[in-house]
Amino acid sequence: MSEMREPIESGVPDPFPLMHPTLKANYGNWSWHDRPRPGVLHHVAHSGDEVWTVRAGTPRQLDTFAIRELCDIGDKFADGHVRFTTRSNIEYMVSDETKVAPLIEALEAATYPVGGTGNSVSTISHTQGWLHCDIPGTDASGVVKSLMDELMHEFKNEEMPNRVRLTTSCCQINCGGQGDIAINIQHTKPPLINHDLVANTCERPSVVARCPVAAIRPALVNGKPSLEVDEKKCMCCGACYPPCPPMQINDPEYTKLAVFVGGKHSNARSKPTFHKLVAAGIPNNAPRWPEAAEVVKTILRVYKEDARDWERVGEWIERVGWPRFFELTNLPFTKYHIDDWRGARGSFNASTHVRM
Amino acid sequence: MTKKIRDTPMLDELENGPWPSFVTGLKRLANDESKPHADMMKDLLGQLEHSYETRKGFWKGGTVGVYGYGGGVIPRFSEVAEDYPDSKEFHTLRIQPPAGMHYDTATLRKMCDIWEKHGSGLIALHGQSGDIMFQGCSTENVQPAFDELNENGFDMGGAGPALRTSMSCVGHARCEQSCYDEVRAHRMIINDLIDEMHRPALPYKFKFKFSGCPNDCVNAIHRADMAVIGTWADEIQIDQDEVKLYLEDVGRKYFTESVQMNCPTNAISLNDDDTMEIDDSSCVRCMHCINVMNKALSPGKDKGVTICLGGKRSLKIGDLMGSVIIPFMRLNTDEDYERLLTLAQDTVDFFAENALEHERIGETIDRIGLVNYLDAVGLDIDPNMIAHPRTNSYVKTDGWDEEAAKWFARKDDQATEAAE
Repeated sequence: MSEMREPIESGVPDPFPLMHPTLKANYGNWSWHDRPRPGVLHHVAHSGDEVWTVRAGTPRQLDTFAIRELCDIGDKFADGHVRFTTRSNIEYMVSDETKVAPLIEALEAATYPVGGTGNSVSTISHTQGWLHCDIPGTDASGVVKSLMDELMHEFKNEEMPNRVRLTTSCCQINCGGQGDIAINIQHTKPPLINHDLVANTCERPSVVARCPVAAIRPALVNGKPSLEVDEKKCMCCGACYPPCPPMQINDPEYTKLAVFVGGKHSNARSKPTFHKLVAAGIPNNAPRWPEAAEVVKTILRVYKEDARDWERVGEWIERVGWPRFFELTNLPFTKYHIDDWRGARGSFNASTHVRM
Repeated sequence: MTKKIRDTPMLDELENGPWPSFVTGLKRLANDESKPHADMMKDLLGQLEHSYETRKGFWKGGTVGVYGYGGGVIPRFSEVAEDYPDSKEFHTLRIQPPAGMHYDTATLRKMCDIWEKHGSGLIALHGQSGDIMFQGCSTENVQPAFDELNENGFDMGGAGPALRTSMSCVGHARCEQSCYDEVRAHRMIINDLIDEMHRPALPYKFKFKFSGCPNDCVNAIHRADMAVIGTWADEIQIDQDEVKLYLEDVGRKYFTESVQMNCPTNAISLNDDDTMEIDDSSCVRCMHCINVMNKALSPGKDKGVTICLGGKRSLKIGDLMGSVIIPFMRLNTDEDYERLLTLAQDTVDFFAENALEHERIGETIDRIGLVNYLDAVGLDIDPNMIAHPRTNSYVKTDGWDEEAAKWFARKDDQATEAAE
């Protein structure tokens, strides 16, 4: 075997050699922007330089054919430079306005939808799922593909009261992050333990320590050291599963989807917020998840009809109130919506402000 | 004989519809017999279909890495390798993206060449921490794949209890609202602390994220242990000619309802001559009016950052939002950036020494109190750190006079500084 190669510990790559020349030339010196049409941004620098950005959706998991196809479009129309947004949209920059229309045409011809700007529903930020994760309850790529098929119009147009950021997550760790609407896994049964494997696979004290409700304790089962779960205490979060795979939390029937709304990271108008649970018990119905799509579409439809300009989903609900949200969406309000975790009292209505 | 793709009726459903399909991409990789990844991707499709049928995942972790580093490779071994032998090992290399995620096509093509030689041909742009995820590699090919990526200027990202790969928004490169040099801050901090990424030795993960303004396009406040978010200290810049043009365009009613009434601190008024007035002492720098009237309004000239600490999702104690530890730090000079770096170093040191195993820094602070963290890293307290003072009386205030004296001494220092 040849001698091992020492890594070059170069860290974060320098973006300047890769950056579009107009962006590089005007770094830190931009003046204003507008959006000539959905999917296109137009930025003007103090120098007078202008750049048009065309944004297109991608499936995030890209094969080399797709990447080369996107590169071909970049070479032909966009000076050989691209960038990606945090939501896996690709962006092409051109300093010549006449290149915008042919660029859009080329992207759409290659089936990459142009949109995701301004008050649209942008690409859903998502996680790995069955394709690659070791603990997934569902397949984010499939959920995203199914939903975006249905939300194509909202991606390609800017018809929402404000921007809408969707996320999905394949377990309750919620790697997909906060969103105006988040479609997340919600387990409904405690883990099924394979006691034959626990002793050799799991570091038992650290699994015990991982449980948020102290429901796990060491036990001898069939003469073997294992773990047991107090099923009355367990709230089925799945936190024990990553450090101890024999504590299988995923179940084809009892692993469900839940929908949360009202997360927002921008500080615009109101402070940033976390998303809140509005629907659960939605079947994990591969390959198209129609029940989840129905809930998301309903919320989006009501938001679009009822919210005022610039209200994000959470701000709209804050104004109209939760009773009206459940009424307008026709989603059931249940005891599970009332928080019982630490700090829950902060979510109670400690006032006589009630909506009739 | 050419290996056949199994039937994948469920995945095939995901080739329908207008949104570009990842399944079509997977099939292209499986059908390209000229590439070494064809058979691997055939079995990968088979296993994925099996997951769709059974609604279960079939990957388990393990230990795979590259020489010299202790992390960054996500090992994946199939639990159903008997049925899908060619994808029995399907590891991911997490590779750090350029700050701001800028690429030229030559670089992306080079990545494709490397990955179809050593890996599956499947690349995720990008993962939720910002990594370029080279997904699907056999154990023996992990080292040569990394070597080639590394020789081409790319380095391993973070995984496990370590400093994680970071993200910065487009910022200075194309955004007029950007309030600091995100590329500089991002590369300076991560590259200085890179040892913590490559040799995991922290109690748990630690994430930095860099957003150029309070719109926070990389979602730093929710997701980053330390969120560096651009802001300004002086007045919003107003171009009154552009204000007039805006009013002519949208009308006063729309201005009142959509700009003025959305100001969270009622800081905006419209004068009788249609000029706009902002009470900057009430402004909380939320960005709304600037977002809506970006030609007429811009952030102030005295720019820098607000720093929030402790953001994370549920595990273990519940969601935590990052909260202010530095209301404003000016970022202009080399010394300013040096000060930011020192704070990052001190905070990671504090985390390494004080957090319990598997505890994020927000949870540590929840456990020991914000003041103990501030004391440890030498930060002054500030009323901007709280939404409101405590409502309970459960505190021993026997040091009140000294603390009050400190406050007035600081105010005097600030007054002297301002006068100079």
